Amino acid sequence: MFLNSWLWRSRHLSRSPLLLLRSRSIFLASSCTTELLASQNASEHQHSRKLPSTVPRIRPWWNVSWSSGYRNPSMEAEKKVASGEDSYGNESKQASSTEFLDFPGGKVSYINELQFLSESSPVRVPCFQLLDEYGQVAEHACLPEVDKLLAVKMYRNMVLLQTMDTLFYEAQRQGQFAFYLTTIGEEAINIASAAALSNDDIVYAQYREPGVLLWRGFSLNEFANQCFTNNLDYGKGRQMPVHYGSSKLNYPTVSSPIATQLPHAVGAAYALKMENNPACTVTFFGDGASSEGDFHAAMNFAAVLEVPVLFICRNNGFAISTPTAEQFKSDGVVAKGQAYGMRSIRVDGNDTLAMYATIKAARVMAISESRPILIEALTYRVGHHSTSDDSAKYRKQDEMQHWKMIRDPVFRFRRWLEGQRWWDPEADKQLRSESRKEVLAAIRSAGPLKKPSLSSLFTDVYDSVPSNLKHQEEEVRATVSRHWSDYPSDVPL
Amino acid sequence: MAMARQALAATAVTTGNVVPLAASSSSRFPRLQLVTPIVSHELGRCRLATRSSATSYFGTAPQNRGTTNVTTNAVATKEASTSSATTTGGHELLLFEALREGLEEELDRDPTVCVIGEDVGHYGGSYKVTKGFVEKFGDWRLLDTPICENSFTGMAIGAAMTGLRPVIEGMNMGFLLLAYNQIANNCGMLHYTSGGQFTIPVVIRGPGGVGRQLGAEHSQRLESYFQSVPGLQMVACSTPYNAKGLMKAAIRSENPVILFEHVLLYNLKEKIPDEEYTCCLEEAELVRPGEDITILTYSRMRYHVTQAAKTLVNKGYDPEIIDIRSLKPFDMYTIGQSVKKTHRVLIVEECMRTGGIGASLRAAIMENFFDDLDAPIGCLSSQDVPTPYSGPLEELTVVQPPQIVAAVEQLCSRE
Repeated sequence: MFLNSWLWRSRHLSRSPLLLLRSRSIFLASSCTTELLASQNASEHQHSRKLPSTVPRIRPWWNVSWSSGYRNPSMEAEKKVASGEDSYGNESKQASSTEFLDFPGGKVSYINELQFLSESSPVRVPCFQLLDEYGQVAEHACLPEVDKLLAVKMYRNMVLLQTMDTLFYEAQRQGQFAFYLTTIGEEAINIASAAALSNDDIVYAQYREPGVLLWRGFSLNEFANQCFTNNLDYGKGRQMPVHYGSSKLNYPTVSSPIATQLPHAVGAAYALKMENNPACTVTFFGDGASSEGDFHAAMNFAAVLEVPVLFICRNNGFAISTPTAEQFKSDGVVAKGQAYGMRSIRVDGNDTLAMYATIKAARVMAISESRPILIEALTYRVGHHSTSDDSAKYRKQDEMQHWKMIRDPVFRFRRWLEGQRWWDPEADKQLRSESRKEVLAAIRSAGPLKKPSLSSLFTDVYDSVPSNLKHQEEEVRATVSRHWSDYPSDVPL
Repeated sequence: MAMARQALAATAVTTGNVVPLAASSSSRFPRLQLVTPIVSHELGRCRLATRSSATSYFGTAPQNRGTTNVTTNAVATKEASTSSATTTGGHELLLFEALREGLEEELDRDPTVCVIGEDVGHYGGSYKVTKGFVEKFGDWRLLDTPICENSFTGMAIGAAMTGLRPVIEGMNMGFLLLAYNQIANNCGMLHYTSGGQFTIPVVIRGPGGVGRQLGAEHSQRLESYFQSVPGLQMVACSTPYNAKGLMKAAIRSENPVILFEHVLLYNLKEKIPDEEYTCCLEEAELVRPGEDITILTYSRMRYHVTQAAKTLVNKGYDPEIIDIRSLKPFDMYTIGQSVKKTHRVLIVEECMRTGGIGASLRAAIMENFFDDLDAPIGCLSSQDVPTPYSGPLEELTVVQPPQIVAAVEQLCSRE
């Protein structure tokens, strides 16, 4: 079944005169997509035994009468079944009444030999890539529209993210704050997706996506304030480090339990659709999170409700110590898309341009067709899971080193930039030393600041402090005044 | 329905010195609350309203304890209730219709209000609380979801963060155990952990409690499990009047509110005011003033208590019955005023003995009003067993009026 994936078709399509392109040519990702989908349609009839999923007609969001508030009135659904259309509004291939079985859920053709669907496709879903491991443009690749300004900005952010992670991690190791986790090895996923989104898109992150905030303008000081949980922290000292949140940058506060943000993203997309807002929600999660019930729930809901969500899975090979081979038996996470009736793609997460192109195209599809898209970005978690983990216990040091040094996504993009003559080693040296200085300055300024005050322990539990909490606050203050010498000096009352 | 009629009668009251309250017979607070909608988003503001009305009410009640001023009627006479009904109008409806009316008014008033749950749209809700809404508001605002409580609760939380005000309907409260992760870890917490950047103004509602032979899994009392979660507010409705009022107040509140309905109370009939009103989320309701003992209860147990009160009055006792309504936080002011007056407390609840609402309430009263108590706080609750299907066995797990009478007698006999 997966042999029909449009990714596979793309190699053949590129020979068509319509899409004859040189490696540096510019074209719009969306037009490429619809061409690719259209060609798949043409080849469907060749395969007799397959799932009855033809490509849905594109329904632009502005044409749908959401003002009437109906998404799929039951009357309409009944009419469709009666007329022989499937739920997508396409004519059913089986016209005669003797050739199909009529069950709730639509018509289905029958087969007289006992055959089971294979548990996996003979060939794994291929991975979309534009730049190879050396930063060279791959054969038949059509690059997205990325000019020097954008490319350099992406690179600068990736380097800054890498530097911030390295130095903040060391700060945790020195005892300056209690916890940290890095994004090392996944910088391309972070920055390229952020660059492809708009600031109106609401991002529900897992915890390994501070690059999105960085791109949107969260300053190093703001990152440091949250990690040090001083009185300038937007979270007022209530969340662990790395659990950033910013309502003005459309990045809801990170919540520790895995995958709980996936249904949130679906709900937010539901709200966007209700308001006819031309934006989407984006949610990031790891390979481990795809085992959680919330993943299944959110995927199913998003597909059924037809809401604009991008599900971006960072398949980095590990869920703390559990490798993906022990996490799922399916062909990664991308294979699950079709099970829910959702379009999906597998992309090389360490290829900045491929990530950028994918997210850009997915976003257009999600918003214009009001549908969810699943994107599996393959990558490698170079760092430990967090500062509470020592990954040398379950993987080889040389494997980590190999991915860190040789297959670093930042370095790969840099090779391409240098090939474009948009970057050089001198600029790189300068950028890295500048970034280092900025990050160190942020750490130094955030550290000595006072912590949030005692009163912030009781505010924001509700919209206003109720009497029982006021009573409890009085008790705490009474305790503090009795044991003043034991009370920390950097926490104001 | 016998039960409904009893309920209607039981909720009205007359005492020696106080003018019978006109308008809705189930309201124990002055008309002020009925005419002006109390839309209180701040807990503090609501408290003031309680204090003034409560003081004036308690101020006129007789102070001495004794048998001379004991109330002779536990219930209002039929004439009194009908006469009050004709003077101020109002319309009679069942509790689930009152919930529906409140929900409909809020859906009309605010386009960001939506209902998310299973079978709430075209089916009209398993208990018909959303009947007819989909034709009026569309099936996007009355969203029928696939069966995954954790998912649609999470979805509602995400939608709430973006500016909507979802009402999550659990088909049965017990199913919300599947949504516990989202409720405990996100719903109650995100306002706090985000430093106030994101609010979660959701309402989670559904029928719970022990029904008629529904089996153990469908007879859950979720108020015990949720009471510990910080950031949540919990209220329990018991009459059509407070059902509509609490529904509206919960939707307008900026905090996540869990509204506990009871499966067996949906067909209670009562006359409620025509004009718009809300009930305060943090207030308790005085069902019957008295002198001898304070009986604290909520939801369905209110009716068992009022039934027991008839027997108690015949035996010469004068119980004060308070429907606590607000399960989190407790209305310690109203409760405290009552304890200071009667000096004896009996809690009647449907929760299990261990870790129920009664257990927390007992601790709170003991902590705050120890010196005002003449006897240990009594607590009648269900046993720590799953609710059996068999009718007689099920009845044994729920507190019955004779038990309440016996407990009051025992507490009052301690001098």
